[in-house]
Amino acid sequence: MNTRDSILGRIREALRAGSVGHAAESGAELGAGSVGIRRFLPKVPDDFPGQLALFAELSANLKTEFLPCADEAAASAQLQVLAAREQWESVACPANSEMQNLLTALTIPKLEVSRSTAMTDLGKTSAGITGCDALVAQTGSVLLTAASGGGRALSVLPPHHVVIASASQLVPDLPAAFELLHRKYGPNFPSFMTFITGPSRTGDIERILVLGAHGPRKLSVIMVGQTAVS
Amino acid sequence: MPSAASKFNTDATRMVADAEHRQMMQQSLTGYQKTRSTNAGRFQDWESARTRAAAIKDEAIRNLDRYLEQFEQKLIARGAKVFWANDAAEARGYILDLARAKQAKTIVKSKTMVSEEIHLNPALEKAGFQVVESDLGEFIVQLRKEPPYHIVFPAMHLTRGQISDLFHQKLGSEPTSDPEELTMTARRTLRQEYLVADIGITGANFAVAETGMISITENEGNARLTSALPKTHVVLLGIEKVVPRLADLALLLPMLATAGTGQQITCYNSLIGGPRSAEEVDGPEEMHVVLLDNSRTRLLADAEQRDALRCIRCGACLNVCPIFRNVGGHTYGTTYQGPIGSVITPHLRSLQSWQHLSQASSLCGACTETCPVKIDLHHHLLQNRRNAVTEKGSILQKLGFKAFAFVVNRPRWFAMGVRAMKCFMPLQHLLNATPADPVWPWTKSRELPAFARKSFRELWKQRTP
Amino acid sequence: MRISLFIPCYVDQFYPQVGLSVVRVFERLGHEVQFDETLVCCGQPAFNAGFWPEARQVAAKVVRQLSATDVVVVPSGSCATMIKVFYRELFAGAPEEEAVNQLALRTFEFSEFLVDKLGVTDLGSRFQGSATFHDGCHGFRELGVRTQPRALLRQVKDLTLIEMEDNTTCCGFGGLFAVKFPMISTAMGETKCGLATKTGADYLISNDSSCLMHLEGLLKRSGSKMKALHLAEVLANFR
Repeated sequence: MNTRDSILGRIREALRAGSVGHAAESGAELGAGSVGIRRFLPKVPDDFPGQLALFAELSANLKTEFLPCADEAAASAQLQVLAAREQWESVACPANSEMQNLLTALTIPKLEVSRSTAMTDLGKTSAGITGCDALVAQTGSVLLTAASGGGRALSVLPPHHVVIASASQLVPDLPAAFELLHRKYGPNFPSFMTFITGPSRTGDIERILVLGAHGPRKLSVIMVGQTAVS
Repeated sequence: MPSAASKFNTDATRMVADAEHRQMMQQSLTGYQKTRSTNAGRFQDWESARTRAAAIKDEAIRNLDRYLEQFEQKLIARGAKVFWANDAAEARGYILDLARAKQAKTIVKSKTMVSEEIHLNPALEKAGFQVVESDLGEFIVQLRKEPPYHIVFPAMHLTRGQISDLFHQKLGSEPTSDPEELTMTARRTLRQEYLVADIGITGANFAVAETGMISITENEGNARLTSALPKTHVVLLGIEKVVPRLADLALLLPMLATAGTGQQITCYNSLIGGPRSAEEVDGPEEMHVVLLDNSRTRLLADAEQRDALRCIRCGACLNVCPIFRNVGGHTYGTTYQGPIGSVITPHLRSLQSWQHLSQASSLCGACTETCPVKIDLHHHLLQNRRNAVTEKGSILQKLGFKAFAFVVNRPRWFAMGVRAMKCFMPLQHLLNATPADPVWPWTKSRELPAFARKSFRELWKQRTP
Repeated sequence: MRISLFIPCYVDQFYPQVGLSVVRVFERLGHEVQFDETLVCCGQPAFNAGFWPEARQVAAKVVRQLSATDVVVVPSGSCATMIKVFYRELFAGAPEEEAVNQLALRTFEFSEFLVDKLGVTDLGSRFQGSATFHDGCHGFRELGVRTQPRALLRQVKDLTLIEMEDNTTCCGFGGLFAVKFPMISTAMGETKCGLATKTGADYLISNDSSCLMHLEGLLKRSGSKMKALHLAEVLANFR
């Protein structure tokens, strides 16, 4: 018997005995799915301004730099401000992406990530600029995949990650984010999807918070199509 | 060779006397408690969330074979390879064979308690592979050549001074008391490792059956790098990690974070469903998922305790356990410490050798109260005690409790017993608080209560006409 | 009402005044108090040690002797838990199961009974001094007793109640745990005593004398002036 069959066999044998006591306690009313879960999770405002304010507030707590920009021109200008302030020497971005026009104003070298890009080269860039699939108000998270994020490494290897999002990408909560993944990609999902919530961090040394443990030390989210949050 | 039980006693005795250790644990865990309360408080209904989370995991457990098959089928369809390992030796064997086949030199790992459980690193190192732990806490304890102290915070027992000395000694870095500088030293050292590693080994917090994806929860980003850069990605996970649907994570991810670290959600929660797709620009060319049993089916067969398989390895039960706080993580001598460790180790290893962990508890129930998936932890400790004596109890203890039951059921015998004990009191007083004192385990540190001149039942008799 | 008392063995032998205080409180409220002198122990020591057949022997007698009661009150969270919660484990599927379930429904911890069943919080008590309250883990986590002792203590004239930090932390007694793992038990107890004495209160009050036995033992050994008292002893001082 191969290992697969022996393990499955033991599982089936074990399950012949129904659970007793507290092991049996769980509620049978499952299948309520997202609706049920939403009831328990932290409350999110129903309206866009409320959700936007929540996202902005959480970003501040997480040390995510949230940069609403009225339009593409403003977003492009914002990128130039970042480049100057952070003294970027080069940036990386996905190849053949709609955001190219936002980057044209940047004078520094741009590395367009493709299958032939060496990771050591990607690691030498100052910032990785990606799109995303959604911004999640409930948690202050950015949702991206290998498709929207230009692969797996672009959003995690360079020391500064910049996300270009549109205001319409703001979703209220995690259940909504998972629904979006199903709608947009299912059943052929990208091999990699991630929720990014703030810059990389660790508390492993005396539980003191330090940013930039391995992933980016800085995370900036440029939201196009939204004037500044009051 | 001391038994695990006697080693536990020796280590516990040493640890409880360490005031600095106690202070550090107190500070560390009080901080956790505050942030956890805040974030659990943000849930509209944390208690119902616990019930639902328990139900989701139970659904997975009750249909474990079906969901594992679905998980495997989806992964294989995406080009991943799935290996089912009966035990630690088979899991190690598979990974060793793979490393040889790939002619690997460096293997980078992100945090996975299962790799500790199967003692993977020593096996890989013995076979000549260089293994690098990338999680900061694991990196630190790896350099110190000691096991992780806590399933979530491997280096919580160390001060920044100790870490600075360690880095200075092993990495040649400048001594510093700045945690940020220490972290940057680790970051710089490890960055190179990701780029040259041939194989990246990660664990998984959840295995989503519906879509055939593993889910990895982290803060540092090292697991993302470990699963992005090396050409071969190996995932090691216990079969109990399965959850039915992708949408279930909308609840489980924030609960894991809240209970585990006190955060609303951790920095990175990543879903990986296979090696790189044809149109993707990067990612591993191969993905190997090792599904480990290693006596989990034994726990599954225990109808009373199988809820322990709901465990999402958040570590909350460790954080609230007064035993853990006082004796520390290493005293347990197991891969999994704290209440969950005490519950499952007898199933994963042996009941007789490890039942002492179930004895070393005041059964306060803080663990059960805090568990995000409502595992009946402290009652399982009671059941382990019962199972241990049923399987092979000490004859002396059995006789002792038979005598106990006999005496307390017979008031006249009880009265005789009390009179006899009272006769011994003068001798006890003479020997009080000395090692010769028959109640030395008590009187070593505490005053003994005195027998009342008249017991309640005597006083009651007197008042009734 | 006819109230049957179940007196824990350590209250019987070491702290009879606790039992007497309970009697005083109920008689003051005009109830008839009963006590079965043949009942010594709830069986918890055997149960906790894993010797369930022996625990069953003891428990069976308790269940039999209390079968004709209207209501059973226990001045101890741990013994009340044994009868209300763990007897059901011991006798699940056994002939005694129904009797045990019925007994569970009419057994209460002392403060739980006063507040939830009798609806009483002000007993007309008076006690001079400041006190902090320790929640025994069984009463708190198994029976949900937490607000009731405080509701009662707040009505006691001249008594100042000060809550200690981390007041849900276990005292470390744990039954035989206290002597099987004395070093851990003591460390936990010292932490708890530290939290208690930090309040500056004169008295440490609890609804469980087993916890108090352990904490008082530590307080006395350290020369502390803090005195340990059972809730009933405080309430039985009438104005």
